Amino acid sequence: MASAIELIGITKRFPGVIANDNINLTVEQGEIHAICGENGAGKSTLMKILYGMQKADEGEMRVNGDVVDFGSPTDAIDHGIGMVHQHFMLADNLSVLENIILGSEPVKGGGMLDFSTATSHIVEVGKAYGLDIDPNDLVETLEVGEQQRVEIIKVLYRGAKILILDEPTAVLVPQEVEELFNNLRELKAGGATIIFIDHKLQEVLEIADRITVIRRGKTIDTVNAADVSAADLAELMVGSELPSPETSDSTVTDKVALELRGLTVLAEGRPVVDDVSVKVHMGEIVGIAGIEGNGQTELVDAIVGTADVHDGVVELLGNDITNFSVRHRRELGLGYVPQDRHREGLLLDAPLWENAVLGHQTSAPYVKGFWIDRNGSRQQTETIREEFDVRTPSVDVSARALSGGNQQKLIIGREMTANPDVLIAAHPTRGIDVGAQADVWNDVRRARGDGLATLLISADLDELIGLSDTIVVMYHGKLVATLDPADITPRILGSYMTGAAVESDSTSGDAS
Amino acid sequence: MTTPLFRRLGLSLAAPALAAVFALVVSSIVLWLSGSSWIDTYTEMISTASKLESMVDILNRATPLFIAGVAVAIGFKMNLFNIGVEGQYILASFAAAWFGTYLNLWGPLNIGLIILCSMAVGGIWAGISGLLKVTRGVNEVISTIMLNFIATGGIIAALLPRAIDDPTDPNQGTAVLDESSRMPDLNGVLEIFTREILKGRKLTGMFAIAIILGIGYHYVVNRSRFGFDLRASGMNPFAARAGGVPPKKMIIYAMLASGAIAGLIGMPEILSVNHSYDQGFVRGLGFAGIAVALLGRNSAPGMAVAALLFAFLDTSSAPLQVTGTASPEIVVIMQATILLTAVIAYEVVNRVRQADEVKRAALATESIPADGAATAEVGS
Repeated sequence: MASAIELIGITKRFPGVIANDNINLTVEQGEIHAICGENGAGKSTLMKILYGMQKADEGEMRVNGDVVDFGSPTDAIDHGIGMVHQHFMLADNLSVLENIILGSEPVKGGGMLDFSTATSHIVEVGKAYGLDIDPNDLVETLEVGEQQRVEIIKVLYRGAKILILDEPTAVLVPQEVEELFNNLRELKAGGATIIFIDHKLQEVLEIADRITVIRRGKTIDTVNAADVSAADLAELMVGSELPSPETSDSTVTDKVALELRGLTVLAEGRPVVDDVSVKVHMGEIVGIAGIEGNGQTELVDAIVGTADVHDGVVELLGNDITNFSVRHRRELGLGYVPQDRHREGLLLDAPLWENAVLGHQTSAPYVKGFWIDRNGSRQQTETIREEFDVRTPSVDVSARALSGGNQQKLIIGREMTANPDVLIAAHPTRGIDVGAQADVWNDVRRARGDGLATLLISADLDELIGLSDTIVVMYHGKLVATLDPADITPRILGSYMTGAAVESDSTSGDAS
Repeated sequence: MTTPLFRRLGLSLAAPALAAVFALVVSSIVLWLSGSSWIDTYTEMISTASKLESMVDILNRATPLFIAGVAVAIGFKMNLFNIGVEGQYILASFAAAWFGTYLNLWGPLNIGLIILCSMAVGGIWAGISGLLKVTRGVNEVISTIMLNFIATGGIIAALLPRAIDDPTDPNQGTAVLDESSRMPDLNGVLEIFTREILKGRKLTGMFAIAIILGIGYHYVVNRSRFGFDLRASGMNPFAARAGGVPPKKMIIYAMLASGAIAGLIGMPEILSVNHSYDQGFVRGLGFAGIAVALLGRNSAPGMAVAALLFAFLDTSSAPLQVTGTASPEIVVIMQATILLTAVIAYEVVNRVRQADEVKRAALATESIPADGAATAEVGS
């Protein structure tokens, strides 16, 4: 029997970059094949080519032995290839059933939708692959893991035998990941072929039969999961030793830099941040763990000054800044690395040096009185470029031109060179490559040694555990636990984050 | 391989050149279809414009167009669409002309006060839209366009009868300003470089103020803290807010500034030409300002060129009708085509420039050498 998918010499060029460089990949029928590589290695491009979203410049694709040439995802679907995107494409206000049939609705005579046929078909598909879901549930009422299951059924419903899953675990907590893996094993037993894109090594080793590692656009090797260790994989991926965020000796002082007391933020009348109290000392990193949507964003906004505080106090170095403007807070020594650098961090069309000015429009060397100090700003940006290793041809190119990692290093540098006393870092290493990640960790750690108080919000549990001096868990707007990162594992943390551990180990919201 | 500097320079000139050529082609086709000779039409337009007196006309026409462009551009810089420049300048001119009839102080002071009054009224009128936007979330496009009607159809219609000087005059308007309250013309300055200006043409003193305004606009927008906050808010309001720019204040400030500058648009008419507000007062400059800002890409030099271009087309079209060479409406077609093509051409050029930058940044990141040649280039 022919291989499910065979890619021979796939090459895809973008201006100045070869995203895929002579990629060769064979996926056998009925296996779970993981594609592994750091961010920017070319995984996504490869999958887009396979799914017909982009065209390869060179190379040949074979599906079940037939040479194919996809012009659009429709062609890929016709050949039995389906893709589950990292970001779900579901309509919240429609039912599971309606979402699944959306775009391929069965029609009765007279142009009416045939819901009963669709329902039975969905139940059939669900049974065949061991995916349990009620077609009549509203999507907005579903958990993230369940929504993902809807996405998978949607693809199967369209007759896909080959499934591409793009970083499916990125949005899941450990418990949900296990469930997903069980589902994938059922799918495999049902005869499906699965291509699984990920860069979390333990997960890949657990679920995959074979693993192909991509580095810098090239296929490095394809290995049997049973024959390798995580360390082997990491070395294939990075090409050297894997960096890990290990905080050295404690530098925590007894001087409180940032204190929140009973902080409450309302959204549509309900508390999304509920009576949160926490202290961050000079030289301390306090990590906030929690599944996204549990109030972390609103907490950050309230500290930075972009959200209204309903109740409670924010103190910076003993000053009550609860009602201060963002600018005033920044002037008093607050630094901010936003969670979405494109949305809140950068002026994409402005040159790098103007991006460095942003947030410091009232302080030297960026500003002289009423005027922007262009020379001072440029020089300061050059300093940031050198110290924080921002790779760019000059400080005059627009921020849009830089890669994500370099954009992030610019933001970190911009905040750090202002010598803040308190840094709010929201997902500082999200979506950047391993090298840049290590740089960011080093920067945060170095500043910690110099007495910076950091509030770190992250979805990367290894990062939280590795960097933080103290971890607090946020659940439904409350701080439900204060933990010592020294004796904690991602699994324990996960159970707090899902609220599972709260009943048994009732730690109150007092996390100071 | 072309050097980046030449390429960048070429790119920034490509868009307007492309637009001009395309507009000429389209207009020629229209002229040909309507049975006129396109060569004759263009020669006549150019020969008209090359007379000194016509040049003064062009500068006089370009002055308010440029000021209107600046007024609109301030809003555009932070993505505020102030369509109300039209109503703001008409109301401001009316108020200033009326106010001016009561002034009997020292001449320069009179002129200064009239200008200030006009700027204040324009600013307040635009400020209402800003206030509505930050307090009640009313879209400024809606509120400014409605305030246009309230200004011209409501307030002026209601107050003009009280301001009227001579009820028997069919062209009812405010009293003519005192001699001392009229702005001196700039013919003397222009005549240093040329011959004597004939046919009673006078270059408005507001031309000098427009130049100062342009320079001021350029430096404040591009070099000042306020300008930085303004542009940051326009490029990315969320990042600006996180960077300490107060979003609501900026909306108010931008509308106030835009309206205050709109107040200057009618000043050539009030201070240099008619010296009064009457029912024949020049209209449409506010809307023309939108076109000037679009064509000039909100930059002072760009808007100056755009204003001169539009003024040239307006001025040189008039004799066409007299000589019967072509219908003067041809210039409206030209203006529209230039605007439309320019907007598209700018977008194309912008994308090429962005792709260029990405390419260079990727090389600097030493990501993946494309091949041996590219590696050598990185090294050099």
